[in-house]
Amino acid sequence: MPALIREIRASYGFVERNFNLVKRYMGWEVVFLFYNVVNTLTIGLIGYATGDMELVLFLVIGALMWAFLGVLFHEVSESVAWERWEGTIEFTFMAPIRRITMLLGTCLYAVIYGVLRTIVVLLFVLLFFDLGFENANFLSAVVILVVSSLSFIGLGLMAAVLPLISPERGPQATHIIQALILLVSGVYYPISVLPVWLQPLSYISPATYTLRMMRSAMLEGASLNTMGWDLLGLTICGIALIPIGAWIFNLGELYAKKVGKLKRSG
Amino acid sequence: MIHKALQCRGVTKTFIVDGEEGGIIKRIRNRKNRFRAVDDISFTVEAGEIFGIIGPNGSGKSTLIRLISTLLLPNEGYISVFGNDVVKDSRKVRRLINRVTVEASFFKKLSALENLTYAARLYDVPIKEAREKIEYILGRLQFPTKKLKEPLENLSRGMQQKVAIARALFTRPTLLLLDEPTTGLDPRSKREVQAFVREAQSEFGATILFTTHDMEEAESICGRIAIIKDGRFVALDTAEGLKRLAGNGSGKELTMEDVFFILTGEEWEGKEDKGEGEVMENAGVN
Ligand SMILES: Nc1ncnc2c1ncn2[C@@H]1O[C@H](COP(=O)(O)OP(=O)(O)OP(=O)(O)O)[C@@H](O)[C@H]1O
Ligand SMILES: [Mg+2]
Repeated sequence: MPALIREIRASYGFVERNFNLVKRYMGWEVVFLFYNVVNTLTIGLIGYATGDMELVLFLVIGALMWAFLGVLFHEVSESVAWERWEGTIEFTFMAPIRRITMLLGTCLYAVIYGVLRTIVVLLFVLLFFDLGFENANFLSAVVILVVSSLSFIGLGLMAAVLPLISPERGPQATHIIQALILLVSGVYYPISVLPVWLQPLSYISPATYTLRMMRSAMLEGASLNTMGWDLLGLTICGIALIPIGAWIFNLGELYAKKVGKLKRSG
Repeated sequence: MIHKALQCRGVTKTFIVDGEEGGIIKRIRNRKNRFRAVDDISFTVEAGEIFGIIGPNGSGKSTLIRLISTLLLPNEGYISVFGNDVVKDSRKVRRLINRVTVEASFFKKLSALENLTYAARLYDVPIKEAREKIEYILGRLQFPTKKLKEPLENLSRGMQQKVAIARALFTRPTLLLLDEPTTGLDPRSKREVQAFVREAQSEFGATILFTTHDMEEAESICGRIAIIKDGRFVALDTAEGLKRLAGNGSGKELTMEDVFFILTGEEWEGKEDKGEGEVMENAGVN
């Protein structure tokens, strides 16, 4: 029990540290947020131009969810690359904590930060468009948000290993993965418009299910029990991906320690 | 059973040389293309000892310390810290150690205080207690208190080094790994760090592994000193013992610097009579 409390305190250390970093890099924070807001509004306006308010909602939900999942994935997958860049990677890796503590601390931060940022963007969207969310089922939406976070954290953990084993190519690869998920998951268009050979990829992307459910919750007020298989699938996916991600991360760490890739220079 | 503070047996670490030679395929085929940064090193450090390692640049000092810190895995050999295998029980080992390196490893935009708070969380020291200890240590190192809240990137290299030393000391590690802790410090701060090292030893019985390029410093604070060259220990003894070994019975008064030149076989025009050759063959290594 004391050991568990110690690990929880340590994982809070990662949250605190990252929010301190946010404070110190406030200029960039404002820039990212500004871009995020403008991007979401622009995408909403594409729908507005057609005069179809349903489409506006469809697009805005896509943009908001993609921003949220993108933050999760990015914060987790870039955590190693960031520490390497700062030069703190060896310090963090030799701390007397479990690796899972470090990973979960980073994920916890990513979720909190992602939620806060999405709320801010949502407020701007609501100010800008006269959106009617009167049909929305917010309870469903929150559950979907939580469940989908698990999967994206798992994916992030897997991607985080790439900068660990290849300091130069790794971060590039994580961006490719993120772009592929964007392409196949139906963020801004129905999957049916994708070329047939690409469609199978959409079935293995957790974002596909997340977006489908989020839209039915927010547009049609669908309750959780109508989502059945999608929700179950996404839950299982998340519960499976986190340990797999952590396991892959461990392998990557062993490899890095074998070949001497942990060090910042060399 | 009482464990030795640190035990290394036949420790070897090789790195793949990423030279000009060909692409990946060629490199994988050419398995021999490995460079031995640490080559079959064996030694034992007793609890409470201050053990020095000196040697030329690139001789393998930092690599050896990284192996002990669980940041690298040895290719061959065995390392234990108070009986815990650094590979199998790495988390137990990490509880016992802390390390100071030459390169400052901080979040550059965060202040010293924010960086140290992060360290306190990881090492499970209550923030208030951590802060008191840190302020005490930094105070003695002449670190201006008002700089505690400034981003670390604004501090001079020596000031950053002081923060790094405070970060390692306030956790009271049982085995303290100091990789050139005094490089870049002014003479007074250097003395103060040396005093801290002695106090860590006498007050909480810490065992200390210490590398430095300052020969006088090595002589004054280390009980025993190993001389490393090309990844191998070429000599291991007290400063007195090393001087006798290097003097080779000539009875001449040698400084530690003379000893360094003689035992590592480094040429130095300024010195005439070197007894190179005779004492080189792994003399004195246990
Ligand atoms: N991660 C790594 N990958 C490849 N080569 C490495 C790595 N770490 C160290 N080396 C090589 O191993 C050798 C020993 O390096 P090390 O840093 O241990 O030397 P050192 O004795 O600490 O030198 P200095 O006095 O300059 O600090 C060097 O040739 C270095 O290039
Ligand atoms: Mg070194």
